[in-house]
Amino acid sequence: MAQETHKDLTRTMAAPGEPFVWISAMGLSIGLLMVIGLLGIIVANGIPVFWPKRVIEATIKPGVANPVPNSGSTITGELVLTRTKRIPILGPDGSKLEEQKEVQFYVGNKDAYGLNFVFANRADIESMKEPAEIFRIERLEYGIAFGYLQELLLANGSSISSQSPDFLQTLSSLVNEANERRNAIERIEKGDIGTINTRLNDLRVQGGDQKSSEIVALNAKYEALASKARTLRTEQSTNTLVFKTPSGLERRLPIGEIVSYYQPNTLTPLQQLGLFCHNIWNFLTEEPREANTEGGIFPAIFGTFVMTLLMSVAVVPFGVIAAIYMREYAKQGFFVRSVRIAVNNLAGVPSIVFGVFGLGFFVYFVGGTLDTLFFSNYLPTPTFGTGGILWAAATLALMTVPVVIVATEEAMAAVPRGMREGSLSCGASKWQTIRHIVLPASLPGILTGLILAMARGAGEVAPLMLVGVVKLAPSLPLDTEFPFFHFERKFMHLGFHIYDLGFQSPDSEAAKPMVFATTLLLIVLVVVLNLSAILIREKLRKKFSAGAF
Amino acid sequence: MINNDSTEPRPDFISIRNFSFFYGKKQALFDISMDIPERQVTAFIGPSGCGKSTLLRNLNRMNDLIDDIHHEGDIVIHNKSIYDPHIEVISLRKRVGMVFQKSNPFPKSIYENVVYPLRVAGQNKKSILDETVERSLKGAALWDEAKDRLHESALSLSGGQMQRLCIARAIANRPEILLMDEPCSALDPIATVKVEELIRELKEEFTIVIVTHNMQQATRCSDRTAFFYLGKLIELDDTQKLFSNPASKQTEDYITGRFG
Repeated sequence: MAQETHKDLTRTMAAPGEPFVWISAMGLSIGLLMVIGLLGIIVANGIPVFWPKRVIEATIKPGVANPVPNSGSTITGELVLTRTKRIPILGPDGSKLEEQKEVQFYVGNKDAYGLNFVFANRADIESMKEPAEIFRIERLEYGIAFGYLQELLLANGSSISSQSPDFLQTLSSLVNEANERRNAIERIEKGDIGTINTRLNDLRVQGGDQKSSEIVALNAKYEALASKARTLRTEQSTNTLVFKTPSGLERRLPIGEIVSYYQPNTLTPLQQLGLFCHNIWNFLTEEPREANTEGGIFPAIFGTFVMTLLMSVAVVPFGVIAAIYMREYAKQGFFVRSVRIAVNNLAGVPSIVFGVFGLGFFVYFVGGTLDTLFFSNYLPTPTFGTGGILWAAATLALMTVPVVIVATEEAMAAVPRGMREGSLSCGASKWQTIRHIVLPASLPGILTGLILAMARGAGEVAPLMLVGVVKLAPSLPLDTEFPFFHFERKFMHLGFHIYDLGFQSPDSEAAKPMVFATTLLLIVLVVVLNLSAILIREKLRKKFSAGAF
Repeated sequence: MINNDSTEPRPDFISIRNFSFFYGKKQALFDISMDIPERQVTAFIGPSGCGKSTLLRNLNRMNDLIDDIHHEGDIVIHNKSIYDPHIEVISLRKRVGMVFQKSNPFPKSIYENVVYPLRVAGQNKKSILDETVERSLKGAALWDEAKDRLHESALSLSGGQMQRLCIARAIANRPEILLMDEPCSALDPIATVKVEELIRELKEEFTIVIVTHNMQQATRCSDRTAFFYLGKLIELDDTQKLFSNPASKQTEDYITGRFG
């Protein structure tokens, strides 16, 4: 009897499908939770990177060894995290007395200490305070320095003490001048001298006479620019800032080495916000420094963007043409079915395999052939016969073409038969029907395929490592130097940048925040690219799908 | 393009000769022979699945789109076989316009819909296109409603307007023959009346073949009617005569509503 009621209950519950509503809802919720969790972690770790932190001076108890060398009893730095140690303090009988906490400081001054991060037991710290007069100086080399400013040694031999009222103003103007000079040097070395070098290289490869007037003129120009750059470089180190590290060491820093400086403990919230925005801006627009752990990631953003666009330009025509043939012209039969299955399975091939193929086919075969045909003068230096943004885009296009083919085929299959017949009955040929009726109506579907392809392509790293991504690219694939597009150049990529920062950098602890920030940026970039494609698609949908079909 | 050299309409403008048609192994039409006169309305009636639409769609070879079909016999339009290997199917369809059961305007502007047959024929001269739009829309009795919104999407029209737009599109390139496959089945009564009036006007200029389920419609707007049953042509006569005094028992049963 009891069993029967139980059976009845399962039947009445299961029959209307109620449990399945719950199961499917659960599936969605778990998926959403995971996505939101992942995004949450990335945002929570990525955003605070840019917020200026306060600098703490912690005094440790006497008798405890200071993890920072030669620093007496204080640790000065930014508080990075506080965590509970896995091993608690045990009593004599083995029972747990109390949790042990430890704190991590970012102490900077790597040139003085030989390390950037230290851990200290919370229990060993006697007191913490925030010294107002401490400065945080971002340097071109060795990262951040924390210190107390002493004086400025000027080129004319005079010095200004930090006590003097015009000290900060002088420092500020000197640093601004130095930054301008740095930009000027970069312009000369990368821009003007770069152009001359390219031209000289071309002339040399063409086998021209070394004494020809153009080469002589170029060499003279080169010398003039180089000496100008040298002069500017010397000026960068004429003025010196003297500061004391918290451990009491006196350091001399040429003004030209200073990127920026501020007093972290005297900032008002508004100033903090300003610095926050400033930091984000620098991150987005500057080139990386210090093995990519400092500076910005502009070349990586730009490289990812250009590569994704190139990939889209390559993948859409190929995919659409292939889909048109398969759907509209090929006789539907065993062969076409096999091709379709093969194309679908191509999407499941590990991406590194595409990378190997791209290296073998695009780089060595196509690129090598191009080199022997058109750039033989430059050999043995390869032009196209080495990894580059063009080959990377082509490899990714190959990898994502199945997505576009499948999406296009489905979109074309969804075009109502009546519309095709209407067009054919007007005397249109098959191609005219495809061109004027079927393709415009399938555009939203094609764009869906493109969106999926871009999302996959922009986030892919493994194949790129074989066909053109580098840790640090000296120049962008698109610049003001003729012919403006340099598709043979190697490039930087956000995905690879993340891998490089997190796993290849000399100081992974220092790179960690950058990893999160870069990840966040990669996601934002993919979202932006997708959103724009979605917007176009919605516009097209409105145009093509309203009406009674 | 319209045959005006002989004032007398030809009685065998379209001549269907011993025509049989197969979808794969299934035979859909059995040995049909009939003549369709020029500049008259010929209606095909019969119960669903009797082959009337199949025959209609063979007149402009629309059935070519289907895989695995074949035919026997011949269809001759204006003394030329439509299966003549020297005639391209595209040029045939330029001479034989078609209006479908479900209106199928393209997702383009009204203007572009009407000039589509000209555009695919390579005609891009604005004056000719403009002239065609006005003539065709007037011909399809849509000019007054659409003249101020020619560049709006065709999909913004009502169902009846869309069907008249499809008629305008079908007559834009001045075909000789107009095929209509149940053109009013998706329309409300008022739109139906308008389309029927239109058919009566259009027969001055075009040879019209119309498939219909609606026998009143056949009596109202056709000159001759053909009754099909199970893929065979049962009876073909003047509409008046076929409906008032059918020769065949099956025709009588069908038109009096005893089956079908």
